[in-house]
Amino acid sequence: MMRRLLCASALVLTLAACGDGDRKLDQTGPTPTLPDQRQTLVPPMKIATPVGWNGEKPTAPAGFTVTAFAGDLKIPRQMLVLPNGDVLVAEGSGGKAPKLRPKDLIAGVIKAKGKSKVKGGNRITLLRDANGDGVAELKTTFIENLDAPYGLAFVDGSIYVAEQGGLRRFPYAEGQTKITDPGWTVTPLPSEVNHHWTKALAASADGTKLYVGIGSNSNVGERGMAIEQDRAVVWEVDRLTGAHRTLASGIRNPTALAIEPRTGQLWSVVNERDELGAELVPDYLTSVRDGAFYGWPYSYWGKTVDPRVRPQNPDLVKTAIAPDYALGSHVAALGLSFAVDGGFGGSFAEGAFVGQHGSWNRKQLAGYKVVWIPFVGGRPAGQPVDFLSGFIKDGKARGRPVGVVFDPRSRSVLVADDLSNTVWRVAPVR
Amino acid sequence: MTPRLAPMEAPLRAILLAFPIALFTTAVVTDLAYLGTAQIQWTNFSAWLITGGLVFGGIVGLWAIIDVIRRRAGALVYLLLLAAMWVFGLINAFQHSRDGWSSVGAVGLILSLLTAGLALAAGWVRHSRPEGH
Repeated sequence: MMRRLLCASALVLTLAACGDGDRKLDQTGPTPTLPDQRQTLVPPMKIATPVGWNGEKPTAPAGFTVTAFAGDLKIPRQMLVLPNGDVLVAEGSGGKAPKLRPKDLIAGVIKAKGKSKVKGGNRITLLRDANGDGVAELKTTFIENLDAPYGLAFVDGSIYVAEQGGLRRFPYAEGQTKITDPGWTVTPLPSEVNHHWTKALAASADGTKLYVGIGSNSNVGERGMAIEQDRAVVWEVDRLTGAHRTLASGIRNPTALAIEPRTGQLWSVVNERDELGAELVPDYLTSVRDGAFYGWPYSYWGKTVDPRVRPQNPDLVKTAIAPDYALGSHVAALGLSFAVDGGFGGSFAEGAFVGQHGSWNRKQLAGYKVVWIPFVGGRPAGQPVDFLSGFIKDGKARGRPVGVVFDPRSRSVLVADDLSNTVWRVAPVR
Repeated sequence: MTPRLAPMEAPLRAILLAFPIALFTTAVVTDLAYLGTAQIQWTNFSAWLITGGLVFGGIVGLWAIIDVIRRRAGALVYLLLLAAMWVFGLINAFQHSRDGWSSVGAVGLILSLLTAGLALAAGWVRHSRPEGH
């Protein structure tokens, strides 16, 4: 009897271990190696236990210095630099997806182990570093009582905030440190379930349009496809009327949007699906092409069919296009910002900074850093370079990067860290 | 068991054993419904039915271990059937935690059939014995 039980549990464990096939494939760049699908009985998980920084800092390349720009935030996500150099930080946690299966209960408990215990602020904080020493000496609550604010944009004297259920506009006067105006809803955003609740935001180069990234309501359609109406899409919203159209679809979880400065083209970092193995499916950075279908949920990286989705949709899969640039599987890219006005010069002159929150569902941790993707002529050209690392030490998490923003005025990059609730500033050594 | 509680043993055990039998066999039906319709709610039902079967199956299994220790007649066969049911049920619970079609598929249905068959067999063996022996 006992032996029987032992054999059975050994079988379960072996099956779980089968998912540990981290073969270290090269999964960055335009043509990542895609291994066969490996669905395991128990998906492999590894949560990096949070430990904090204990006075230490993340690591930047030689010639750069890192300072803690601001601390004691309440789950900082995305950031925006205003024309006068003030920095806005959206803080919050959203999502109210009902737990439908025993799995949802268990996964929630496990994932919470890798997160900050701090409750999301549901506010926007303003940070001002007037003396330019790399530390914000002014920190004020800019807008309060928001509903999981995430994406931020500034156009023509107004601040736009993408909450989990709506896109809102607030009037702003330069130098203002607090907004009490209740704001105006430009358009409601799809918010039912909100499995992926973050609403990414960017303004078009000419400022007439706002782009909103709306994530899927499931990993791969397991809540049924009815709930996926208007999900896994990028909306183009008319800034003045609030009218919208779907710019791109099948784009599973577009967590950050930004305009490439040379071409004016919209780009996004996108988180791909889980439970097909440690090396599937790579998260990606892509230009968001008008009318494009990026596969979700029926296929990935173009036309590779995902067998878990029924009924399948071969006609739609035929139209699926592959994204531009793979970032690696399960890195959880959440931040995107392009270098503008020559960036830092040298090898950091043209390209994008990408914040990677880090994996929880593979044995070998992936992400947990900010990388630099060099661009030439408005297109990715070359391998990613680590720009800010050291978030993992001895297998434990000191921080987890989310939003990144390049500020051309102060020639610095700000990185929001939602585990230690810090904003880091990376700037060249003077 | 103390004399005062002894009369409760037979009905309690019969009631508890009814759960894995009913839940695991119903999971076969909901699996078939999912495979027939691709309506996701059916596989969610299966996942909860299997989980419920494991909880109650675990309790009757522990009781069956006590029987074996007490050397009751026929206890070993009953325990082995329950143990096999529970192990296949556990594997099936993991199978049903996968997403979409992979939560059932051919493997999930076979596991559900095996688990249900073992639950029915365990019930048959248990209730074929004279009461209280």
